[in-house]
Amino acid sequence: MTTNLLVAIRATLATLLLTGIVYPLSVTGLAQLLFPSRANGSLVKDERGRTVGSELLGQRFAAPTYFHSRPSAAGEGGWDALASGGSNLGPTSRQLHDRAASEVGRLLAEGGGPGPVPADLVTSSGSGLDPDLSVEAVVFQIPRVAKARGVAPERLRVVVDGQIEPRELWVLGERRVNVLLLNLALDRWFGAGSSPGSP
Amino acid sequence: MTAIGWIQIIAFFALVLLLTKPLGLYLYRVFEGRRRPLPRIVGPMERFFLRLCGVDPSVEQDWKEYAFSLLAFSLFGMLVTYALERLQHILPLNPQRFPAIEPALAFDTAASFTTNTNWQAYSGESTMSDLTQMAGLAWHNFTSAAAGIGVALALARGLTRRQGPDGAKTLGNFWVDLVRAVLFVLLPICVVAALFLVSQGVVQSLAPYRDVTTLEGPRQILPMGPVASQEAIKEFGTNGGGFFNANSAHPFENPTPLTNLVELLLIFAIPAALTYTYGRMARDSRQGWALFAAMSMLFFAGVGVCYGAEARGNPALRGLAVSQSTGNLEGKEVRFGVAASALFATVTTDTSCGAVNSMHDSFTPIGGLVTLANMELGEVIFGGVGAGLFGALVFVLLAVFIAGLMVGRTPEYLGKKIEAREMKLAMLFVLVFPAIILCGSAWAAVAPAGVASLGNAGPHGLSEILYAFSSSAANNGSAFAGLNANTPWWNVVLALAMLAGRFLMIVPVLALAGGMVGKKVVSPGLGTFPTDGPLFVGLLVSVIVIVGALTFFPALCLGPILEETLAGGGRLF
Repeated sequence: MTTNLLVAIRATLATLLLTGIVYPLSVTGLAQLLFPSRANGSLVKDERGRTVGSELLGQRFAAPTYFHSRPSAAGEGGWDALASGGSNLGPTSRQLHDRAASEVGRLLAEGGGPGPVPADLVTSSGSGLDPDLSVEAVVFQIPRVAKARGVAPERLRVVVDGQIEPRELWVLGERRVNVLLLNLALDRWFGAGSSPGSP
Repeated sequence: MTAIGWIQIIAFFALVLLLTKPLGLYLYRVFEGRRRPLPRIVGPMERFFLRLCGVDPSVEQDWKEYAFSLLAFSLFGMLVTYALERLQHILPLNPQRFPAIEPALAFDTAASFTTNTNWQAYSGESTMSDLTQMAGLAWHNFTSAAAGIGVALALARGLTRRQGPDGAKTLGNFWVDLVRAVLFVLLPICVVAALFLVSQGVVQSLAPYRDVTTLEGPRQILPMGPVASQEAIKEFGTNGGGFFNANSAHPFENPTPLTNLVELLLIFAIPAALTYTYGRMARDSRQGWALFAAMSMLFFAGVGVCYGAEARGNPALRGLAVSQSTGNLEGKEVRFGVAASALFATVTTDTSCGAVNSMHDSFTPIGGLVTLANMELGEVIFGGVGAGLFGALVFVLLAVFIAGLMVGRTPEYLGKKIEAREMKLAMLFVLVFPAIILCGSAWAAVAPAGVASLGNAGPHGLSEILYAFSSSAANNGSAFAGLNANTPWWNVVLALAMLAGRFLMIVPVLALAGGMVGKKVVSPGLGTFPTDGPLFVGLLVSVIVIVGALTFFPALCLGPILEETLAGGGRLF
């Protein structure tokens, strides 16, 4: 019994050192060596070389000249990368229903369309930081963005088509568009869509 | 449901099937083989570690010593993690300068990670320092998984060892099993998996968080951390504790559909392989494949119902001008869609993993019911690393016993008689579990401190309570996360539920193994019920489902089933 207690203490320290310290530090070293950009958050820069966020994390878009992301439940006002998470509203939640109803009203009033609103535009994601939209949700917003930018919808459609990510290995996941990369592409093609970020 | 959705599910299962035999064989060679694999590379490390711990690998333990070693190791581990959490503000590797964790949450989290549950009443990115995450939490991801494998091996040895007339009573050596599980199995595969995850976008950095100005102007602070190294063992050890609050829904933990597939495979890999390992130990691989078949049937039933329910969308949104052709997307990520989300939810609750790539609280009532039911069946559908196999074997003994009653013969399994002591211990195992869940839920439903935390009203509120206790007792760790579990009452009560759900179930299993190991083996006769054919698989599935249904059906009726009937009529709460 005493022997096993002593072994327990030694095994606690030995495994702690190996799997709690040596393992994560070695993986960090190797990752920084082999995949530095990925390991440090897949940051993206705009045309002027300014870091504007991570390719993998969604961010807020409100200007009419940009495509907008899904509703976000991360933090009080959404898109808070220090408070990832979903709304956790249940399927019979009145709050969920009312939020979706007001989103539908807003999206239709903003001039999206035509037709019913794709579900991802009125639901919040699991992480609250979903970087993507379904292709339908992007196409739905083309009329609004085209009008705000004074560009023909057909030209926008070309940019959108160039940004569609197919299913991985033909079958995995869903076809999608990364909203940040799409909006950066818009800025490259048609000029900056928003000024607050410029110096 | 779409064809491409089902292709993803079937492709995933086919890969699991392909992995089962090679990995199962590898595990057999590591733990039971006369010569272990990788003698040049891992062999010296193994000898070094055993010497460091003061263990003589040739000495075996009886069930009491085995249990004592496991309990002592778990206790020390829990104390160290509690200390790391309480002292993180003065320890290194805390780039965000997070303060110490308050006592109730630190206790809950230490219990949670020690028991392989990884229930998280905190939000990692705003609470835990890098050191706490690595050394306090991810460390347990290795050791609690290794301990689970140890218990499964001990029970398997108890059932399959053939003793001479003097009948040795030993079940192996806990420390040897622990060290071998970490060095030969968990660590090498995790290094490879972690680096793959980094290559796809999972972060791995000890730097402070990045402050960036977004395209439209507002600032966004991007969290960093040693995520990939934790992510790999989180899935491979069926632990499930996310680095971030959003767990595997977070793009920094699970950035692409391909990483999602790899994470799913890591979850099922060891539990599936252990069925094959068990067959080898029983000197009859059909015994292992019979378990695999029973588990697969329950897996497909779960994923089919869950995917079907989620693909139909949320009935509450049907009156609105919303196209739900993509299914119920509340709480789900676009890159995964409903198919990969329903698959992940099923896999994570079949096993004791509890990682989530979508928020189960926002699932449709029937989709959520599947996740609850998976846990309440005892997590024997592949189940946790080790925990799944020993849980399933207890149900096997129950099934054999029932078959024995039907033909009026003393039941025997692998030639060993199953007698009163075994059935008492098996029933203890089977009864402790619902007692924790149902008594705990009943208490929470009437305690003001219990209901004050609910995030949703109506029957869904009861589902949140049931889920919290099911997840804790089953050592799963996923949540209907609308429930605010970071209150003193919930932290303490759920910590006790997790500890009871782990150790009050492991000790009877080891006692059972200790009783079985010395039994004489009788050769099978005409009246022996074969345990390797379709008839037995059917009986095993029925026993698992009937025990689970009899126990939990009334509670589930008041939660998800009532909610489903009300949702159809458009009721909102």
